[in-house]
Amino acid sequence: MATITLNAVKKTYGKTEVIHGVDLDVADGELIVIVGPSGCGKSTLLRMVAGLETITAGEISIAGRKVNDLEPHERDIAMVFQNYALYPHMSVRKNLAYGLKIAKIPTDEINRRVAKAAKMLQLDDYLDRKPRQLSGGQRQRVAMGRAIVREPAAFLFDEPLSNLDAKLRVQMRMEIKALQRELGVTSLYVTHDQVEAMTMADRVVVMNAGIAEQIGPPLEVYRNPASLFVAGFIGSPPMNFINPALLSDIAPAEAETLGIRPEHCALTTAEAGRLSGTVAFCEALGADTLVHVRMADGSLLIVRSDGDPIETGEAVGVSLETPEILGFDSDGRAIRS
Amino acid sequence: MENRVTFNNRWLPFLLIAPQLLVTLVFFFWPAGQAVWQSMYLPDPFGLSSEYVGAENFWFLFEDPYYRASFATTAIFSSLVTLSSMSVALFLAVMADRVIKGSGAYRTLLIWPYAVAPAIAGVLWLFMFNPSIGVATYWLKVLGYDWNHVLNGTEAMGLVVAAASWKQISYNFLFFLAGLQAIPKSVIEAAAIDGASFAKRFWTIVFPLLSPTTFFLLVVNIVYAFFETFAVIHTITAGGPRQDTTILVYKVFADGFVGQDLGSSAAQSVVLLFIVGLLTIVQFKFIERRVHY
Repeated sequence: MATITLNAVKKTYGKTEVIHGVDLDVADGELIVIVGPSGCGKSTLLRMVAGLETITAGEISIAGRKVNDLEPHERDIAMVFQNYALYPHMSVRKNLAYGLKIAKIPTDEINRRVAKAAKMLQLDDYLDRKPRQLSGGQRQRVAMGRAIVREPAAFLFDEPLSNLDAKLRVQMRMEIKALQRELGVTSLYVTHDQVEAMTMADRVVVMNAGIAEQIGPPLEVYRNPASLFVAGFIGSPPMNFINPALLSDIAPAEAETLGIRPEHCALTTAEAGRLSGTVAFCEALGADTLVHVRMADGSLLIVRSDGDPIETGEAVGVSLETPEILGFDSDGRAIRS
Repeated sequence: MENRVTFNNRWLPFLLIAPQLLVTLVFFFWPAGQAVWQSMYLPDPFGLSSEYVGAENFWFLFEDPYYRASFATTAIFSSLVTLSSMSVALFLAVMADRVIKGSGAYRTLLIWPYAVAPAIAGVLWLFMFNPSIGVATYWLKVLGYDWNHVLNGTEAMGLVVAAASWKQISYNFLFFLAGLQAIPKSVIEAAAIDGASFAKRFWTIVFPLLSPTTFFLLVVNIVYAFFETFAVIHTITAGGPRQDTTILVYKVFADGFVGQDLGSSAAQSVVLLFIVGLLTIVQFKFIERRVHY
């Protein structure tokens, strides 16, 4: 159980700075999801916490102890890798016990912890199998188990679900979340999947190009994105961006771009809407339909509609819940009113 | 899914494999057949006629103390060559794998000795350790050691082992390096997080995961030491002093082409043929199954 503190953490490779000073305070037992597109520096950040990458500048503390110059195993953390990183020549049992054996923990204590973790992860029947004899989900569980048995101060997850198929991913993300709740271990979780971020996190860190654009609870980030980038990255489908010239009567004076979520738009007749256009295409999702409307200026606007798909080319109007419209200034920052 | 090419013409497949088949038949099967045939005959001293003696050449061989000594020599020589060339290569590969700056140059230089022809390598080592003019001999003398492999059998063995291993290190290095690079980095990182030191990681993770490579190289190196070190031995010691560096392959040459005892030489070839066959079986049995996780 521990807090993790990042203070103005920077990383440079040669002359290129890839992380431009990240500040983050993780409370004890909190699950923080770091989310961002490929190459935004999220994995690098996690690897710096783990001790697999050196810290160029700034300070990282785990449980109040500065860890900048400590070796990975001295940091009291456990990491779950994207490709599981199981030891292929060892049985599940040996995989789980490896770290404990090195730490010279008594055998009966090792057995107790392995048994407990195996039970928790439903791996009891597979303890004598080799990793290649397991399914993807089971391998993922072994990787989790290897982290759990060490009873570390913090868990670090590096895109642990991206090698699983979609259905298993949904199931595993619930399991990881439940397990983290049960154990109450402080966790950093890196992913590029904003659904994982939304569903698992106590707080989300949205990263872009080496900068933490916004840190906050998932719904807060969803409802009040701090920047255009966050607005476009969080949410599926993403927020619609509209040229303020189309809505000049309600747009804030300094707004360069307006944003509105697809669920805050509705289809009406061509004459009645705030905006109008023609249907470019529809994506029927079952419960609702995403209608892509081609606006007069050529841009696309997505409307989440609960009706059935509409013929392509049909002229429609779009009504907007005006209080939900957000303005962004020329730097892409949200305008707070 | 079946991946199969079908030929419409009956003769085309035979035509296509004919060159390979011809080479194999002319250069492998025919000489091997000759050896087997000759091993059962004893030519007269002038080579004008030969007499069928059955397995007598073989009985004579196995009773010959020199031949049995050659077996022992071969065992010592090949295990020393295999062990030293593989362990040095593994050490270099592990080190080269850790080098980041200038790794290309480093690796290229380590691979070079493989391009040196065996005879040249032999001559190179011979000059360095020549008892009267060798550079290495001179420095050993400065250090107080009187090197003379022409008289001392142990030194001669040491020298041919060094020369033969030196050449093979590059080859082993290449395979070990490839093997090391095939181990996922995250597995090593996971072990580091689990608290394993570099040495511990090597012996518990890296070495077991390298076992297919190691086994493959073991077989290749034994075959190399048995059969491909002829030139090295011929240039450096010519099998001497006495017969201290006469390995089986060298004895085939020495008895057959120098001693003109073609029957015995052929019988020795057949014995070697048998050993190669065994090694190949072992290789296929294990490499197909893979000695790993």
